Amino acid sequence: MNTESAAPEKNTGVIRSLARIMPYAGPDMKRLILGMGIALISSGFALGIPLALEQLVDGPLKNGNPADIWWAVGLVAVLGLMEALFIYLRRVTVLTPGTRIDSRLRNAIYDHLQNLPIAFHDKWQSGQLLSRANSDVSLMRRWMSFGFVLLVSNAITIVFGVVILFTWSPLLALVFLVCSIPMFVFGSRFRSRYTGLSRAAQDQWGDVATSVEESVHGIRVLRSFGRGSDALSSFADRAATGRQLEVVKGNAKATLGFWLVWVPDFALAICLLTGVWLASEGDLTTGQFFAFFATAAVLAGPIESIGYLMALALEAHSGLNRIFEVLDRRNDIVNPDNPVTPADTGGSLIFEDVHFRHEGTPAGTPDLLNGVTLEIRPGETMALVGSTGCGKTTLTALPARLYDVTAGRILLDGVDVRSLDLTTLRTRIAMAFEDATLFSDTVRNNVLLGRHDLRDAPDEQATAVLEQALDIAEANFVYTLPHGVDTIIGEQGQSLSGGQRQRLALARAIAAAPEVLVLDDPLSALDVETEARVEAALRRVLKTTTALVVAHRPSTVMLADRVALLDKGRIAAVGTHAELLASSDAYRHVISSLDDEPRELPEDSA
Amino acid sequence: MSTFGVVGEDRQDLNRKENRRIRQRSISLLWDVVRPYRARFLTTIVLVIVSTALQVVGPTLIARGFDTGLPAAVDDNNFVPILFIVLGFVLSGVGAAAFLALYTRWSITISQDVLGELRRRIFAHTQRLSLEFHERYTSGRIIARQTSDIDTLGELLSGGLSSLASGILFLLFTAIALVAIDPISGIPLAVAMIPVAAVTWWFSNASRREFRASRIYSTRLIIQFVESMTGIRAVKSFRREPVDREAYADKVEDYRYATKRTIEVYGIYDPALKLIGSLTVATVLLLGAFRVVDGGLAVGALLAVVLYTRRFFGPIENLAMFYNSFQSASAALEKISGFLEEQPSVVEPRNPAPFVATRGDLSLESVSFAYNPESLVLPTFSLAIKGGETVALVGATGAGKSTLAKIIARFYDPTDGVVTLDGRDLRTISDIDLRNAITLVTQEAYLFSGSVADNIRMGKPNATDDELVAAARSVGAHEFISALPDGYDTDVNKRGNRLSAGQRQLVSFCRAFIANPRVLILDEATASLDIPSERLIQHGLTTLLAGRTAIIIAHRLSTVAIADRVLVMDGGRIIEDGPTAELLKGTGRFATLHRAWRDSLV
Repeated sequence: MNTESAAPEKNTGVIRSLARIMPYAGPDMKRLILGMGIALISSGFALGIPLALEQLVDGPLKNGNPADIWWAVGLVAVLGLMEALFIYLRRVTVLTPGTRIDSRLRNAIYDHLQNLPIAFHDKWQSGQLLSRANSDVSLMRRWMSFGFVLLVSNAITIVFGVVILFTWSPLLALVFLVCSIPMFVFGSRFRSRYTGLSRAAQDQWGDVATSVEESVHGIRVLRSFGRGSDALSSFADRAATGRQLEVVKGNAKATLGFWLVWVPDFALAICLLTGVWLASEGDLTTGQFFAFFATAAVLAGPIESIGYLMALALEAHSGLNRIFEVLDRRNDIVNPDNPVTPADTGGSLIFEDVHFRHEGTPAGTPDLLNGVTLEIRPGETMALVGSTGCGKTTLTALPARLYDVTAGRILLDGVDVRSLDLTTLRTRIAMAFEDATLFSDTVRNNVLLGRHDLRDAPDEQATAVLEQALDIAEANFVYTLPHGVDTIIGEQGQSLSGGQRQRLALARAIAAAPEVLVLDDPLSALDVETEARVEAALRRVLKTTTALVVAHRPSTVMLADRVALLDKGRIAAVGTHAELLASSDAYRHVISSLDDEPRELPEDSA
Repeated sequence: MSTFGVVGEDRQDLNRKENRRIRQRSISLLWDVVRPYRARFLTTIVLVIVSTALQVVGPTLIARGFDTGLPAAVDDNNFVPILFIVLGFVLSGVGAAAFLALYTRWSITISQDVLGELRRRIFAHTQRLSLEFHERYTSGRIIARQTSDIDTLGELLSGGLSSLASGILFLLFTAIALVAIDPISGIPLAVAMIPVAAVTWWFSNASRREFRASRIYSTRLIIQFVESMTGIRAVKSFRREPVDREAYADKVEDYRYATKRTIEVYGIYDPALKLIGSLTVATVLLLGAFRVVDGGLAVGALLAVVLYTRRFFGPIENLAMFYNSFQSASAALEKISGFLEEQPSVVEPRNPAPFVATRGDLSLESVSFAYNPESLVLPTFSLAIKGGETVALVGATGAGKSTLAKIIARFYDPTDGVVTLDGRDLRTISDIDLRNAITLVTQEAYLFSGSVADNIRMGKPNATDDELVAAARSVGAHEFISALPDGYDTDVNKRGNRLSAGQRQLVSFCRAFIANPRVLILDEATASLDIPSERLIQHGLTTLLAGRTAIIIAHRLSTVAIADRVLVMDGGRIIEDGPTAELLKGTGRFATLHRAWRDSLV
């Protein structure tokens, strides 16, 4: 009656994949099993009630002894009380484990997602991830603490119940069983059909979540172009597909319910007929007959519930598969087994024949970075220049191992970055991105994000670092915010302009006081005057810090000691700004805006 | 404190009055979305009635079997009565099952339609709400409304509603059948209703509190999840993982505790009902047994009575389950209805006359803007921009340039004063007409999942492929797009196709180009471009802006060069305003800025 007995050979898949939850159940599994035991005991009490009834009908009711009636009814009452008590105990027992497994899974998914490389996040939208980390996990909780326990205990109850039916009358029980066969057949058909449906629906809702997420994050674009209604209709289409899947799922469940209701009734009817015949032959006492039906009535509940529980099991199964699709994703950017501590900490950064191609780039396309060789000496500032989309940003993401090189190597102070401890590596290299991500936290915590060492340091020290960084990044506007540096910013706080966000991100990179500073076009949103001031201040910092700065403007290039020109995946030229201007046409093309531009502004503004 | 809209969304300590208001709001929302389906809803109720009636017949027939069929067969060897009874039993069973299945099908369709309607409403409302709202309301919250809150409601509608309808009817029919067989057995049943009501009242209050907490914590969990996943680069490079992990684990624990409490409350309620049920069965049995001994009641009738009493408490537990998911769903509905109650601060006009921009004359009359009374962002000013004019807005970050741009694009309404386009107040123009007339392109070039072509078509959904290519050529994006693995059909989210910030900006330029608005506002739209791309765009811009009203905010003064007129802003005020060439010749702010910029170029 449970999934196991319905189709053993195909079921190993469901059972085996559901068993993968075990490591997350840990010590709580014992309590779940205890819960099953308790559930069984409560079913036992429920099944005991018909036994007591039989005693009553065949005993006191026949001989009319009132004292015996009291005893028998008292027994029924006690059995009922015990049943309720054990239901309560079952709930208490499985309560904590169920929610704990839920938390463990949630934390495990979150941790794993945080550790997975950027390459993974590039192709998974957070809506799909959320539906796995949230909806699917909740589904697992319901399954583990409710469905699993009940399915097992109901299945056992049914088996025991059938055994008891046999003790009342083997023939009647056999009739009952044989008549129930269609249920098994249909149950197995349902199983194979529902598995695919449930998976498809879950994926669809993940896509719907993605639609929602995009419509919120892209709200400005939608608003600008007045495309809200288009977004709505494409969202509605996706939701309609989801709805359709749910309806088909519901219909499958309805059909299963149909079989689970009429077949037992049919079996009972045949039993009634057979029972009457047996009684007329004198092979069955009224009490036994009575008890047979009372037992069958106790079984009706579990049998009907099997349909719901089976559907839940199948949904949990596909939900868990979805969860494990994420958890099984191997993280290939991990700590080395034996991290090397470099002898020198001057901050020299060397790219040696570095290649990089994104996973899944079609064959035949050359690597995005196709043999980059570049040496940045300790304390040197290197500007990186190249045309849009040539791989500058990717190159800057490699030293801190946001991506790993696909060939070649990057040396920090003479040591391959892959041999360094990841935390150490990312402490020594700080980055500021063009799209400045700020977290929903105070200005102070956002700026001091990279300074874990300051968390336990005296307040003055942290404040000093904070003030200095804000000063250099020209981010003193924060003092005019409602709560100064304690103002909450980010998505859940004060909204800031693009330039303001960028300056805070820059302050964050500076506050991290790294040996190597990687800046990806960090001043693009700043106005000329602010930019000039930031640059002046940055120069002081860069004097002693190794830096790789992606530059789009001559003004940013001026920060650098040398400039590297990235072209067609390679470093085409390295030298000072003046040298390259003189020697490289490509460089002039990329950096100099004067040549092609109208030298004079339109004289008359007609 | 108020409970209007999303205010106080995180509060758990609502007083009686606030509770009632929020509950009322939720229920009226639920009624509002269910109402269109009430005819179908009634039909399903009929199906349930029939199915339930047929199911209730079962025990009666078994009782008849015992009391009539059995003696006839045993004593008279007459199998006719029992055959009829068995036939009736089979028919009622099949009929009950068929109607039940039919009902399940119908109700799933209705509940999915209701959920779909709610999803649609939330989505549409999200799009309707002003930017100002979105700037303070986290995206994670909206996602939570659309995912976990809707899921919770779905559990109620798909599972709960059927247990409600069938539960109540089952209860009713069973009670009637019971009383019909043996009125005396009805007495313990009636008495049992008193403790049932008492525990239900307790459960109602306790579970509402716990479910509300559970919703709040679930939302917090989602907010952090979305925030970390969208900001994963920064998380990694600044080693925020441990901090985030702890924070998330704390939130998970809060949520776990809240969930645990909700289950705990139900875990007391459910066995309590079971207990009452068992005691009632025992009482009915006791009363019946003595009467059987006295000959006042047939054994079969006793069996039926006992079966009915037991069955009576079955649906009560179903009702408990329904009530449980109802409490859970109404906590979710409270949040959803609060969100839907929010009013956009930028309101669409009621019956707008159609509008097509002609000249593109913009005029701001005595306009001022403040987010709140304490902080005035733009003090009162007036400004007229002639149709076809290209105006550059220059000034330090935070000078108010973007705010001005947003007011002209009607992302915000001015606190005071009027903005008109071709003499028509922006507030009287329908959103569609307004967006066709005015387009704002920002620095943040958001790409939606889908192909590059899909993203460009945001500007003009029915654009032909040729138009796409033409637009891309004009802004200098054609070359890089053609070089992508699938050209214009390249999926922007597919592995390895991630576009750089500059490329995204080029795509967003294509959008604006193809949209072909009368008024174009570029807010730092070229910031991430390198010089060659900017140069390409510069050429495109000249054609793009020809004959169009344009407002350009740019720090790169090269872009400003193509402007006819420059406005220099400082501290929310326009401090210089004049033809570009004239200002350049002078000694003002712009001239100084421009010289500094000139010097910065090589």
